[in-house]
Amino acid sequence: MVAEMSTGTEFPQPESFSFDEESLKAIDTIVKRYPPGKQASAVIPLLYVVQRQMKRQTGSAWVPNKGMDAVAERLGMAPIRVYEVATFYFMFNMRPIGKFHLQVCGTTPCWLRGSDEVARACREAGKVGGYGQTSEDGLFTMTEVECLGGCVNAPILQVDDDYYEDMDYESTVKLIEALRRGERPAPGSVIGRQTSAPEGGPLTLLDVPGE
Amino acid sequence: MSLTDKDRIFTNLYGMHDWRLPAARRRGQWDNTKALLEKGRDWIIEEVKNSGLRGRGGAGFPTGLKWSFMPKQPSDRPHYLVVNSDESEPGTCKDRDILRHDPHTLIEGCVFAGLAMGAHVGYIYVRGEYYNEQLVLQAAIDEAYAAGLLGPNACGAGWDFDLYVHRGAGAYICGEETALIESLEGKKGMPRLKPPFPAAVGLYGCPSTVNNVETIAVVPTILRRGGAWFAGFGRPKNSGTKIFCIQGHVNKPCNVEEEMSIPLRELIEKHAGGVRGGWDNLLAVIPGGSSTPMIPKAVCDDVLMDFDALREHKTGLGTAGVIVMDKSTDLIKAIARLSTFYKHESCGQCTPCREGMGWVKRMMDRMVEGRAEVAEIDVLEQVTRQIEGHTICALADGGVWPVQGLIRHFRPMMEERIAAYKAGKAAPLALAAE
Repeated sequence: MVAEMSTGTEFPQPESFSFDEESLKAIDTIVKRYPPGKQASAVIPLLYVVQRQMKRQTGSAWVPNKGMDAVAERLGMAPIRVYEVATFYFMFNMRPIGKFHLQVCGTTPCWLRGSDEVARACREAGKVGGYGQTSEDGLFTMTEVECLGGCVNAPILQVDDDYYEDMDYESTVKLIEALRRGERPAPGSVIGRQTSAPEGGPLTLLDVPGE
Repeated sequence: MSLTDKDRIFTNLYGMHDWRLPAARRRGQWDNTKALLEKGRDWIIEEVKNSGLRGRGGAGFPTGLKWSFMPKQPSDRPHYLVVNSDESEPGTCKDRDILRHDPHTLIEGCVFAGLAMGAHVGYIYVRGEYYNEQLVLQAAIDEAYAAGLLGPNACGAGWDFDLYVHRGAGAYICGEETALIESLEGKKGMPRLKPPFPAAVGLYGCPSTVNNVETIAVVPTILRRGGAWFAGFGRPKNSGTKIFCIQGHVNKPCNVEEEMSIPLRELIEKHAGGVRGGWDNLLAVIPGGSSTPMIPKAVCDDVLMDFDALREHKTGLGTAGVIVMDKSTDLIKAIARLSTFYKHESCGQCTPCREGMGWVKRMMDRMVEGRAEVAEIDVLEQVTRQIEGHTICALADGGVWPVQGLIRHFRPMMEERIAAYKAGKAAPLALAAE
């Protein structure tokens, strides 16, 4: 796994980080899930808390070095243990990203259904140079992700936490333009499918007891 | 002989109905749970054994047997149930539907599994990308606590059981059970050597069992309707119902719960609207998620979708993610993209995988262009044999099997690609220099 470790030289790292009230409340709930003495289990959930707080406070969802230090302190871990977890997993952004994170699935099931066109639409409509880059207006960052686990609704474009499914070039352009206007279209199939049922409506589960 | 709605376990697979507790109860979930729990641990394990249920996460290990490996005598070490919902095998999207549309059958299954293995605590490890799905699951768990179905004296059956959701953060390797345990402990997801197996030394060093979501979620229905009912579907040793994810070049991709051992052709034509351009336009199918080697149309014509039938064709049922590819597909590129996936997801712990996945990817990228020598196809095949079986976990095996499948069935296509490249550009290459 190659995760980019921030060197702190290409972009400014905040000088400090402390959990806000919303984060502290979330942390209290999270830490209780694990047995006494096993708080390290909460490291991934707490890194998410940091990333969300950064999104709230700065508009960019990422994990700064001081945020990792705050997690280490809260969980009584050596900072290096937090750094290695943060850089091992793919969902922590170790550098600032744009307001919207366009995550294009490019693995074979999505590729077979046209994910190259979804990626092209992201580049063109979002004005992003390519994967790993952010548009000049700071709105869109594009990442190629591996299988998102929505393969019967391929191709999938994940925007932040939401899956947009059954995409093609046109629907991707439309989605990006809507985001640019400040709208947030409902996630799910853009061709009106009932989740993972076949197009045109379910062929099974038409006679469910109790419904 | 195909499955009817009255025998489908996942009655809300498509989310047409409410997932919440009152609606789930109307559909028959949480029915009589207390009385079934009171029949005790041995009865539950025996019934699951009788059902013939084999793990739905890919490996197909008999579930009842796996549960019976947990220590019988209580000690000072607690037991843990861990549910694997890191669903990341390319082509697989079945657990997602269970989490978001039928969460209560999973939660109820956890209570049964917890009692059966002597665990008072369960963790459901959900892949990080399933953010909205885990919100639904958490809300369903909260409902179950409020109704007394979870927590102290769960379901009133005298067994305390707590259940928690834990989110991963985007690493395929965490679907490997010991990597998942490492990740749950707050470490990098690197697989552990086995033995010791998790049933002896698992989460926090305690006896643990890791089961796939679908495996756990079918248990309540098995217990209610009897192991024999479940065993009545599919061929012997391949019993039950199964969620298939049919995708790629079909007219109507979908998930569907069907009977095990259904013919592949029937599955595709009945539920997914057939192959794009008709059955004769079929080139190959990856039958069970990305790790299972592809089979050409001639095999697809009459193969049955179960563990043993697919194994006879040197592939597997895996997770039952059926990736269909028609004659327009660049098969070499389709497999090369999988090689990229495995290179990306290798945790880097074992040398054959860390180095091998990158090497295979670079070779496959050259095969896509045809920028290779014909003899290098053999080199590639040999290297995959040297990687296979020489690592701690099965990621590298799953990474090289698709390449082996390509060479086994479509070697002439690779040779043609090389010939075409040479016809355009004749400079010889250093052999296997990547």
